[in-house]
Amino acid sequence: MNIKHKTLFLVVSSVILVGLALPGYSATPKKGKAKTISTAVISDTARTIAPYFSPATAKKMTPDSKGFIQRWLLLEPINKPNRGNTVFTDSYLRTNFSMEYFPNQFTVLPKNGDKVKVGEQELTWHALESSLFNVKLFRFAYGLRKQYYGVIFWAVTVVNSPQEMKNVRMAVGSNSASMWWLNGKEAVLLSGDRRMVADDCVSPRLTLNKGKNIIRGVVINGPGMSDFCVRLLDEKGQPIKNLTITYE
Amino acid sequence: MKLKNKILGAAALLTVLLTGTVKAQVGKPFIHDPSTIAECDGKYYTFGTGGGGLISEDGWSWNSGAVRPGGGAAPDVIKIGDRYLVVYGSTGGGLGGGHDGRINTMWTKSLDPKSPDFKFSESNVVASSANMEDNDAIDPGLLLDPTDGRLWLSYGTYFGFIRLVELDPKTGKRVEGNKAINVAIDCEASDLMYHDGWYYLLGTHGTCCDGANSTYNIVVGRSKKVTGPYLDNMGRDMIEGGGKMVVAAGGRITGPGHFGRFIVGNGIEKMSCHYEADLEQSGRSVLAIRPLLWKNGWPYAGDNFKEGTYEIESERRGYALELVVDFVRMAGGMRGFGRNTDEPIKPVASQELADVIKTWPEGKINVRIGDYMFRPHQKWTITAAPNAGGYLGAPYYKIVIAGTDRALAATAEGEVETVPAFTGAPEQLWRIDQLTDGTYRIMPKIVPNSKEQLVLVSSGDSTPTLAPFDMNSDNSKWNFKAH
Repeated sequence: MNIKHKTLFLVVSSVILVGLALPGYSATPKKGKAKTISTAVISDTARTIAPYFSPATAKKMTPDSKGFIQRWLLLEPINKPNRGNTVFTDSYLRTNFSMEYFPNQFTVLPKNGDKVKVGEQELTWHALESSLFNVKLFRFAYGLRKQYYGVIFWAVTVVNSPQEMKNVRMAVGSNSASMWWLNGKEAVLLSGDRRMVADDCVSPRLTLNKGKNIIRGVVINGPGMSDFCVRLLDEKGQPIKNLTITYE
Repeated sequence: MKLKNKILGAAALLTVLLTGTVKAQVGKPFIHDPSTIAECDGKYYTFGTGGGGLISEDGWSWNSGAVRPGGGAAPDVIKIGDRYLVVYGSTGGGLGGGHDGRINTMWTKSLDPKSPDFKFSESNVVASSANMEDNDAIDPGLLLDPTDGRLWLSYGTYFGFIRLVELDPKTGKRVEGNKAINVAIDCEASDLMYHDGWYYLLGTHGTCCDGANSTYNIVVGRSKKVTGPYLDNMGRDMIEGGGKMVVAAGGRITGPGHFGRFIVGNGIEKMSCHYEADLEQSGRSVLAIRPLLWKNGWPYAGDNFKEGTYEIESERRGYALELVVDFVRMAGGMRGFGRNTDEPIKPVASQELADVIKTWPEGKINVRIGDYMFRPHQKWTITAAPNAGGYLGAPYYKIVIAGTDRALAATAEGEVETVPAFTGAPEQLWRIDQLTDGTYRIMPKIVPNSKEQLVLVSSGDSTPTLAPFDMNSDNSKWNFKAH
């Protein structure tokens, strides 16, 4: 049993505001290429985004050994109060994901450190690499001392393909609901009060362009540990790994 | 008139088939986050969130009355030697507004509050979570590894990882130096079990605590090592959110969560859980006990027996249990070859009870097993016997020839027969357990003048008798087919 499903601690989280801390990834994180799933318990009681994230670099990065994309530009959470996740119906999500939160939100390829204004909030884009197969948005927000419940997260990454690939599918899991686009075209919507499960929802067949492709996603959560995982599958359902991931 | 009677008869039969009901448990089985069911001195116990729990004298009728000190949430219980180890989360899970949790263990020699042995030891903290770490130390589940006697505890919620630690089965304390490991994400109310060389990690997925809208469901992954990785049927690690469904909502009960396993005997296993909402019982959270079945190495919830009218088919040959009466031929025979195929097609009425019952003896009639021909002497109506109590998870049933009160009964000679009218005598009460392979065991409550526990078996293709149950023999297994 987890009472979080019944109660949103917005009161608590809403007082956790911008600017209370050093940049969260100041600690030296574990880095490397294809990370395998570790069962070791890592110490994470310090309020930092390490060991979940490290700053993105210009080094060549491919998807991990299972094809999960770990390099992302993440926007600090947008305040979106929801006392529970039962409101995340398809129509609610389409309405709220089509609203403009910041200029050019469906086209911009931000740079690390870029700032946007969302209502009264000034939010920063962070170019990061996840140390896990999934991107733990809760830890991103908590580590940066931002609010972590009642939020919307935007994520962007660039997938560089050595050739055009047809019949590709985008496989996504997210906590909670989310929506994803490939090169500006809607790929997949995950509705309802969801938990992140790898390959939970998969897009229809898509085409990866030769060269640069932009994946954009938006994740919404009320109370709960927001996160997502994304990988691309080939026409046989196998993860595509001969890609490079950049953030610019 | 005759046609009308037949239509009414068919409608009545259809009604029985369609309205067969399945209850969770009777009494006041209201509980949330139940522990694995434990048996103590002939009674059954389960504890829930808060300090209390349920007691059952027979496993079918459950009422409040169990007592557990410590309060907190979502306990589990396991019997080790002559003591019971009780484990519970004292904080965390959002209780009190946070995720700083503690898992506590304590011992008692009896679960019966009236027993002089009902004394709980001081509790030990065996796991904890603090400072928003990626874990929520609540919802414990215990496994005593049958292969080596080691004791394992899984715990956690959606708030981060499900973790596994090792406890000392002698003290109930954490093994010194043991470090927790992560075994799953995105579930809660985990539990562990061992079966046929595999370790299984059960987790409850979905949303709790939202009544009829709760989406709770129980999923499983398995591993050759207790420490994982626990993979689902697609090879997906539970640390990636994987899990194969064990039980979801169905009927008018929704939100199964907090798995517990109870092994009755070889081939007979039960699983307990709560349903978040039983729409027949004000949408309350209720205890449920269902058969636990296995298919291709994966566990899944069987269905509690549904009252109705059935063929009772032997697993041995596929023949049907029937009365020893004269076979009454239906009108007509083979239509013959070379007939005009343009003749109108019309249905042929089935043989009805009224067509044959006058040919049956009035006293006791023996039973045999024969080719199923959907004849009245082969159709059995099975309903819960009123006020007859039950056993773990189900009531005792009466088994009568459809449309009559002629009841199947055990004899003092260890055979089976039918008596003209059901009287409620214990030899006319039947326990029906779904076996782990999906077939059924059919067992009389008693065999007159015997202390042996015998079940209905096929001693030949066409001959039933009573004999000890043998899970490895199809002679001991039956199927219920609704035609």
